[in-house]
Amino acid sequence: MRCAPPAPKTAAQLLSDRATDTVGAADSPTLTEIFAENASDGGPLGFLLAQIDPACGPVLWISDRLSRQESGRLCIAGLPRPLEVIAVDVNRPLDVLWAMEQGLGCGVLGAVVGEIWGDPPQLDFTATKRLALRAEAHGVAAWLIRRAANPNLSAARKRWRVASLAALPDPDDSRAPGAPLWQATLFRSRWGAPGDWVARPTAQGGLHLDHRVEADAALPRAAEH
Amino acid sequence: MRHEDKLPVLLQTALSDPRQTGAQPVAPAWRAGTDMDRARQQGRGRAGVAAGAVALPTDGLPRDPLARRITALHFPTLAMDRYLRHRDRMGNPVPDDLPLALAVDGPHGPILHATNRAARLAGMRLGERVVDMRALCPDLQVEFADIAGDRAMLARLMLWCRRWCPWTALDGETGLVMDSTGSDHLWGGEAAMLRDIEEKFALMGLSCDLAIAPTHGAAWALSRHGGLRETCHGPELAQRMAPLPVAALRLAPDTVLLLQRLGLKTVGDLAAVPRRALARRFARAPLGQNPLMRLDQMMGRLAEPVQSPDDPPRFAVQSRLPEPVIDPDPHLPALAQELCAGLAAEGMGARRVTLTLYRTDGEVAALSVATARASRDAAHLLGLFEGRLERLDPGFGFDLITLEASVVEALDMVQTRIDGHVDGETELARLIDRLSARFGADRITRPALKDSHIPERRERWQSAMVPAAGTLAPPRRPRPLRLLDPPEEIRVLYAVPEGPPVQFTWRRLAHKVTRFAGPERIAPEWWADRPSARLRDYYRIETQHGRRYWLYREGLAGDGRGGPPRWFLHGVFA
Repeated sequence: MRCAPPAPKTAAQLLSDRATDTVGAADSPTLTEIFAENASDGGPLGFLLAQIDPACGPVLWISDRLSRQESGRLCIAGLPRPLEVIAVDVNRPLDVLWAMEQGLGCGVLGAVVGEIWGDPPQLDFTATKRLALRAEAHGVAAWLIRRAANPNLSAARKRWRVASLAALPDPDDSRAPGAPLWQATLFRSRWGAPGDWVARPTAQGGLHLDHRVEADAALPRAAEH
Repeated sequence: MRHEDKLPVLLQTALSDPRQTGAQPVAPAWRAGTDMDRARQQGRGRAGVAAGAVALPTDGLPRDPLARRITALHFPTLAMDRYLRHRDRMGNPVPDDLPLALAVDGPHGPILHATNRAARLAGMRLGERVVDMRALCPDLQVEFADIAGDRAMLARLMLWCRRWCPWTALDGETGLVMDSTGSDHLWGGEAAMLRDIEEKFALMGLSCDLAIAPTHGAAWALSRHGGLRETCHGPELAQRMAPLPVAALRLAPDTVLLLQRLGLKTVGDLAAVPRRALARRFARAPLGQNPLMRLDQMMGRLAEPVQSPDDPPRFAVQSRLPEPVIDPDPHLPALAQELCAGLAAEGMGARRVTLTLYRTDGEVAALSVATARASRDAAHLLGLFEGRLERLDPGFGFDLITLEASVVEALDMVQTRIDGHVDGETELARLIDRLSARFGADRITRPALKDSHIPERRERWQSAMVPAAGTLAPPRRPRPLRLLDPPEEIRVLYAVPEGPPVQFTWRRLAHKVTRFAGPERIAPEWWADRPSARLRDYYRIETQHGRRYWLYREGLAGDGRGGPPRWFLHGVFA
């Protein structure tokens, strides 16, 4: 089943929507940035994939050359939920932005993910603002994965910083890592309060956020080695 | 019909002041020689015309069955010629003294399908098994034949042969047949035409045998079993055919064997047998096993017209500009509209569109775009050229612009939704088109899953222009989210050689392994790998920073396949 593509909204409509309905706006598709604490860490990717609903449509996955070289390619066998992926391999960060804009104009896509390495000068406030407005107008979620990057000026509505934590213990094997845990910090948010959570994927593949104290109390920590 | 409609407009534009018409689009015209127009006017294809010409005498006189002139072409070494040509083009020509053979799969292993001259001299025979022939000639080089490619090439040659006469058709796997009645005088007579055909094919690197005779059967027999570029006329037909072997009758091999056992070795022997006896013996045999019917076809007693398929539809429009222009942009929308109108009238959609710009100084520049689904939406097709026209060097300007749908597919009418939205699949295909036009079709990929144990072989990324492949069951063991391509070698400390790593150095950083799961052993695929390929033992590990990686050890100590085992980091888990 596919979500029906909504009609594009005008800027005035968007403004009034946001002014009147702040709760709904927080959940509507928009531009989100995820910064990886470590470039080779898989945690940010798992955190992102837990939030993409496969029922909404195929995902356009755009990556620049350095991201592919340094952190590898997506592996379909390892996806938590089966997802239809269309990969776009480009060379420059500018091409990533162009392809993302094209993809955000296509309402049948479930999400558009861009991977950009470092801090290219093209990825400035204007570029992110364009992506955010386009994502909101067409109702397609846009995600930017930033590796080896500084959180400079950006118009992304939510900005996360994600790192892997030691995994839960495996119920069957005391020496093996079990379900993953991530340290997720929302350091900028347009429609909600920033915060710090311990995130983990649910059994259905969705995302569950816990406050650190709750997480410590509720979940038995892995034995320290 | 179209030409007459557009001509006054063209003339009018050409006669008006060029300075005023500089930005005005010139009305496009269909390229000359579109057979589509002709077919539409006549309402029937070439095959119908050819059949009618043979079957219906127009003036009421009895038809002379031997009045037509049929040319048969036989390419005895088509597969090998094509392979040698391919190697030449790749800059890797085959030496003349290297015995080379092309093989196809037989019931008991590969058998020889084509051989080159050196292999023939070494005694290689077609249809024999490769292993037997290798025993005779150990340095025989064997490649696999491309049967479908040969067939496609022959179909292209069939269309190309219409330069000599309009009715051409395929004739078996290695032959063509042309009805050259009334065409030979254009080439200076039959002998000159045959020489011309042979020369043109020789320039392409193809050797061919040719013959002209009044019937298809006779021409076939002469091209395979006759002399060099032989022509035969009606009166001497029976006399010329008599000494040919019965295999020249286009019969199945078992029927040829049967006739030889009956002592009928030549066509003349067969013709001398009373007709009634042959008819009784082969009453129910199909055409390929019926010597009497084949004999009648050869002698013209049974009509066998050349069934020439229609030309493939060709869609091309052009704008001949009165004055050279530097920027072709304003002329494109009208061209695209006209092309799409033509496509819509025929129920076709374009998969590949080529824009060709002719410069005044004779240079030609061509741009080509492809679409993931057949399309005849002018705005969409034009959008694919966006940003690519600027890179062309206009020189002193372009004076002729053509737009051609070079690959077309049938495309049915689709009802649009009442709110004007196109359906999701079309919208996605258009997005893929736009991205492919900008970055290249090989950059937009979809996973094509293959049933394999080796992780990197399981998923291959193939162009999104081809339809998506099927799905596979997910693997039972956990797989990483990212795969490094190629796997990166790491330096590892371990307690026991066959055990898990304790510490490893990757990208100049030391990682301590706190927890691990494994090993998961993945053996090499003996049907696809080299014999020296080593097995892999995969470990899913967690480091002291909480990151999870997928490592493997290639081989075992002392497995006799190289030195001490090496370690690689292959993937990253969430």
